Amino acid sequence: MKHEWPLWEVFIRGQHGLSHRHVGSLHAPDAEMAVKNARDVYTRRNEGVSIWVVEARHITATSPSDKGPMFEPSESKVYRHPTFFDIPDDVGAM
Amino acid sequence: MYAQMVKSTGEGVKSREEMSPEEAVFQDRIDADVKIEPKDWMPEGYRKTLIRQIGQHAHSEIVGQLPEGNWITRAPTLERKAILLAKVQDEAGHGLYLYCAAETLGVTRDDLTEQLLSGKMKYSSIFNYPTLTWADIGAVGWLVDGAAIMNQVPLQRTSFGPYSRAMIRICKEESFHQRQGYDIMMKMAKGTEAQKRMAQDALNRFWYPSLMMFGPSDKDSVHSAQSLAWKIKIDTNDELRQKFVDQTVPQAEYLGLTVPDENLKWNEEKGGYDFSEPDWAEFFDVVKGNGPCNKDRLEARIKAWDEGAWVRDGLLAHAEKRAARKVAAE
Amino acid sequence: MSADLFEFLCRMGDNCLILGHRVSEWCGHAPVLEEDIALANTALDLIGQTQLWLGLAGEVEGKGRSADDLAFLRDAWDFRNVLLVELPNGDFGQTLMRQFLFDAWQELMLSALTQSSEPRVAEIAQKAVKEVAYHVERSGDTVIGLGDGSAESHARMQAALDLLYPYVGELFESDAVDQAMVKAGIAPDPESLRAAYDAKLAQVMGEATLTLPDDRFAHKGGRTGRMHTEHLGHILTEMQWLQRAYPGASW
Repeated sequence: MKHEWPLWEVFIRGQHGLSHRHVGSLHAPDAEMAVKNARDVYTRRNEGVSIWVVEARHITATSPSDKGPMFEPSESKVYRHPTFFDIPDDVGAM
Repeated sequence: MYAQMVKSTGEGVKSREEMSPEEAVFQDRIDADVKIEPKDWMPEGYRKTLIRQIGQHAHSEIVGQLPEGNWITRAPTLERKAILLAKVQDEAGHGLYLYCAAETLGVTRDDLTEQLLSGKMKYSSIFNYPTLTWADIGAVGWLVDGAAIMNQVPLQRTSFGPYSRAMIRICKEESFHQRQGYDIMMKMAKGTEAQKRMAQDALNRFWYPSLMMFGPSDKDSVHSAQSLAWKIKIDTNDELRQKFVDQTVPQAEYLGLTVPDENLKWNEEKGGYDFSEPDWAEFFDVVKGNGPCNKDRLEARIKAWDEGAWVRDGLLAHAEKRAARKVAAE
Repeated sequence: MSADLFEFLCRMGDNCLILGHRVSEWCGHAPVLEEDIALANTALDLIGQTQLWLGLAGEVEGKGRSADDLAFLRDAWDFRNVLLVELPNGDFGQTLMRQFLFDAWQELMLSALTQSSEPRVAEIAQKAVKEVAYHVERSGDTVIGLGDGSAESHARMQAALDLLYPYVGELFESDAVDQAMVKAGIAPDPESLRAAYDAKLAQVMGEATLTLPDDRFAHKGGRTGRMHTEHLGHILTEMQWLQRAYPGASW
C-alpha cells in the first residue's frame, strides 16, 4: 500500500516587518512536523524569523483560463496609479 | 551536467505550420520568455521531458550525497567535517527542491524514487566513480560542482517556473560548494609531498569523468533540439564543456597541477582550449550500469528506502491517530 | 582546579564529538529526505559545540593543544564521553531514541551551565542551549510519533528504549571531578538533574505509549575513561585516520 506523506507549501517571513513569502514545498506527516521540516530545510542559512505551512491540497488557486476575466479588467483603471496625474513641480512633494 | 541525455519527444522540433493553435501560443510564450506555470496548458511532450529531466537532476543530487558522504566520518579536521556535512546536506536539500518542482507536473516523489530504485530512471554518471582519498573531496567540489554550476546557472532561465525557481535557490546555495572544493585542493597542492601526490591523482581520475558530465555531443540530437526550443535546455553539451575546460585549466595551473591531457592547447583562433574528448565507450558502460560504483550507489539508496519504510509509515500512522483523536474530542 | 576543569570540558566536548560523529553517519541514508536534512543539522550543531568545548579545554590545559588536536590525536582511554553516545546507530528508531535520551539530559545540563561561575562555560552554554532546545523537541516528537505510530514502529521503539535505558544512568553519575565543579560553582551536580530528567522521560514515553524499564542498572565507565565499549576504538580509527597517517600535515 502506498503511504506518501502529504505535500506542504512553506511560507517564510525573511525579516521582521516583511510579509511571508512562498519559498517551496516539502513532505511531512502532519502540520507540526511540517513546521519543523520547514525550519530544517528552508532556514539553514538564517533565512527566516517566522514560518507558515499549509497543506498543498487546501490551497485554492485561480485557473489560467480565467486570466482574462480575472486580471485584465484592472488594466484599464490607470487612474488608480499616482503617475496618472500631472501635478506641477511647483506644488512640491505629493 | 546532472541530467545527461534526457530523451524528449524524439520527433524533432515542429514547424509553425505543424503546430496546433495551442502549441503555437505555448511556443510564443516561451519565445517571449514568459514562464510556464504548472496549471498552464503545455504539450504532453514538454511535461514528460521535464519530468525526466528534473527527476534525473533530483536523483543525481540524492545519489551525489554518497561519494562525498563517504568521507564525512573521515574528514581531517572538525571544521572540514562541518563544511563537508553542510555541503552534502545541501545536496539533499537540492534534491528535495527538485522533486517538489517535478511534483507540480503531476508525479509524486515516491513514484520518482521507485523509478530510480528500479533502474528505470538514471542519475548522473559522475556519481558512479569512487572517492578514494581526501583530495577526491576537493576534486569533486572543484570539478564536479564546477561542471554542475556551469549547467545550472543558465537553467535559472529555464521556461518552467517551478524548475527555474528551484535552480535559482540551488545556485544561490551552491556557490560555496565549488569554493570549498578548491580550498581543499589549494591546501593539498601547497602541502606535503604526499598531499600533492594525492591532489594530482584526484585530478587525474576526475578530469575525464567531469567532462563526461555534459553528455556526448548533442549537436545532431533531435531530443536536444526540442529541449532547446522549449528552453528546458539552454546550451548545447559541447558549448558547456568548452566553457568548463576554459575556466578550469587556469585553475589547475594555479594549483601547480597538470591536467591529464597531452593534447590540451590554447587555440587563439577560437579563443578557447583544444582538448581531448573523454572515452565515450567508458561513459556508455557507466550509464549502462557498469561503472565502478553503480551497484553500491543503488544498493545504498534501496537500503535507505526499504529500511525507512517503517519510519515513514509509523509517523504517518501517528499523524492519522492524532487527527482522529482531535475529531473525536470536538 | 584546572585539571578538573579540563576533565569536565572533555566530558562535555567528547559527548558532542562522538554523538555528532554517529549522527553524521546517517547523511545520505535516512528514511526520507526531510529527516536526512534534519539529522545533518543536529550533527552540525554538535560538531560546532565540540569545537567550543574542546577549544576551551585546550585553552584551560595550557599545553597548546587545539580542539582538533584533542579530537584527532587522543586515544580511546583519554576520551570522556558517556557510553550512550558511542553505541552504534542501529535502526532509525534506535538513533532517535539515543538522541532523545541524550538531548533531554543535555538541555538540563546546559540550562544549568548558563549560570556557571566560569564565564567561558556560561557563554558556550548560552549558545548551545538554544540549539539543544530544538533537538530535544524534534527527537522527542519523533519518539512520540514512532512510539504511538504503527505496531511495527511501536515495537521497534520499545526495543530501542529497552536497549538504551541501561546507558542513561551514567549521565547522572557523580565523582570527584563533579564535586570540584560544584564547589567552584562551575557546573551542577549531575545527580541534581535526575528528577527533572525522569519527569521529562515519563511525559514523553507516556505520550509515546512506551514503557520505561524498572531496572535502573547503569553501564558506566565512559565519562571517567575507565572502560569504554569496543565501539569507540572503531569510531576513532575512522575519524582520526588522516591525521594519524599524515602527521603534521595541514588540511
